[in-house]
Amino acid sequence: MAKITLSNLRHSYYPNPKVPEDYALKEIDLTWDDGGAYALLGPSGCGKTTLLNIISGLLTPSEGRILFDDADVTALPPDQRNIAQVFQFPVIYDTMTVYDNLAFPLRNRGVDEATVTRRVNEIAEMLEVDDMLKRRAAGLSPDNKQKLSMGRGLVRDDVNVVMFDEPLTVIDPHLKWKLRSKLKELHQRVRATMIYVTHDQTEAMTFADQVVVMQDGEIVQIGTPVELFDRPTHTFVGHFIGSPGMNILPCKVRGDQAFFNGQQVLLEGPTNGEGGIVEIGIRPEYVKIGVGDIEAQISKIADVGHHFVVEARVGNTKIKAIVIGEAPEQGATVTLGFRQNQTRLYRDGWIASQAAGVGA
Amino acid sequence: MKKQYQKGWLFVTPVLLLVAFNALIPMMTVVNYSVQETFGNNLFFWEGMGWFESLLNSDRFHAALGRQFLFTGLILAIEIPLGIMIALAMPKEGFWVSICLVLMALPMLIPWNVVGAMWNIFTLPDIGLLGYLMNTTLGIEYNMTQSPFAAWVTIIIMDVWHWTSLVVLLSYAGLVAIPDAYYQAAKIDSASSWAVFRYIQLPKMKQVLTIAILLRFMDSFNIYTEVFVLTGGGPGNSTTLLSIDLVKIALGQFDLGPAAAMSLIYFAITLLVSWLFYTLMNKQDSN
Repeated sequence: MAKITLSNLRHSYYPNPKVPEDYALKEIDLTWDDGGAYALLGPSGCGKTTLLNIISGLLTPSEGRILFDDADVTALPPDQRNIAQVFQFPVIYDTMTVYDNLAFPLRNRGVDEATVTRRVNEIAEMLEVDDMLKRRAAGLSPDNKQKLSMGRGLVRDDVNVVMFDEPLTVIDPHLKWKLRSKLKELHQRVRATMIYVTHDQTEAMTFADQVVVMQDGEIVQIGTPVELFDRPTHTFVGHFIGSPGMNILPCKVRGDQAFFNGQQVLLEGPTNGEGGIVEIGIRPEYVKIGVGDIEAQISKIADVGHHFVVEARVGNTKIKAIVIGEAPEQGATVTLGFRQNQTRLYRDGWIASQAAGVGA
Repeated sequence: MKKQYQKGWLFVTPVLLLVAFNALIPMMTVVNYSVQETFGNNLFFWEGMGWFESLLNSDRFHAALGRQFLFTGLILAIEIPLGIMIALAMPKEGFWVSICLVLMALPMLIPWNVVGAMWNIFTLPDIGLLGYLMNTTLGIEYNMTQSPFAAWVTIIIMDVWHWTSLVVLLSYAGLVAIPDAYYQAAKIDSASSWAVFRYIQLPKMKQVLTIAILLRFMDSFNIYTEVFVLTGGGPGNSTTLLSIDLVKIALGQFDLGPAAAMSLIYFAITLLVSWLFYTLMNKQDSN
């Protein structure tokens, strides 16, 4: 178990990176606390897997250092870092039995057979694969194979960190939920630091205590799932998290007052900064139809079962709203209102409004 | 219910006709010869199982069969491990991949009788590069027209030179198909390189290796041209493999009956061994 510190980390896949675009990771400074459950969330190609491979030692960063507790491990190969990694596609040793698969990492490290038996049985019971220990691993179902590759990581009781690289990609939807809650349960039992890489917000939000959102090789926000939902510090986070994501509306600002489409919109509180491109951010959950004074035309209605996702147009701008109960008619002209304490202002993408009562 | 499948025959018929003309009908001719005796003039006499009996009891046939199994066994024992080793050593990406692949494919592109002729000249003691080097420069007596041992060494090396590439290419295809995650996981599990080979690479190559062994078995068991051009079956009968013996009986002595019986037994052995091997490999897989 260890605290993991990433210090001034940069990585490029090109031999001589010059412009910032050459870097897959741009300047990462981050600390993962011992025993935490973290998710690394971001769209495909944002550098999540690169970051993961740097922590595990499969990649050496172009610049910067990685510390496990206080020891510099930047130059160490994966097997000396004492980490575990679960890959997107289950990696199992086909010709071995389930038991031998789980025992493999221990035997390679010269652990005595009595300890191997004890640990394997313990982990197998935890993962609910103890009834198939004698079976050949090749014949298992995908979810059991994935459990097995997790098990190979967890079987060592001294791992510094267990990393998951989109581990549920090949799992059937109805098993995803089961395996996800299993993971959460495992974390509570073994208390190892876990880092879970995904582009699926539900997976990230359900697994992690802290979610790290990445975009284009940079960390945009770190926070609890609630924080990410309530106060995205960047429009990207607002848009990426939530279903549908936050409405980002172009606006004009005079003093502390924001104007959308010529009409004043009340913000949550005072703003800071000046100039730049300003936008209003409001989650669809807090857009109300039939109240307020912004005129809009309903252009699309999607029934997602529990509620409706309504798309309205104000001029050329689309605004999404979540409506529970009765949906308005398509094409109807309605008025929209934004809940004031959830209406944020963003300047050049970054949050520029403060909650009322906070700051001055 | 059955009716809807009737049209299928229309599609299969051309293939059936083709197979009939190039395989079934010639084969039936051979079956026909194998149970008859002829003295020319298109006169045939019923012989029954006679040719089969005498062949199966003949020392000459046993000897040729023995030589055939020895040859096939030796080249398989050399080419399969050697092919895997070369495939493992080949680069997985970059500039050298295509160069290695072309180099590997070259021997296979050379016609069989040319291979035989090449090696024949190569090993001539007076002017051949290898022959001269061995005899004159190194002082090791090496003449495959006189020594059966030298002849055997030469045909084995020739076949290894000609066909190891096939095993290399198939193994290589199997190797590059293994996802990186397997190697990464093995690193994290601190597996030794032997363990990586034993538990990842070899199991993942199993399918292609089965094909490689099967192809090399059938080809080497039926080999004729290269060995015939190189040694003509000699010195004496030391390199007279089954196919060479068969041609001697059929075309040299024009004993159509015994030759036909021999062809059928030859065919049956090839088929049986291939089938047994393939079935066993598949059975092991499903367990």
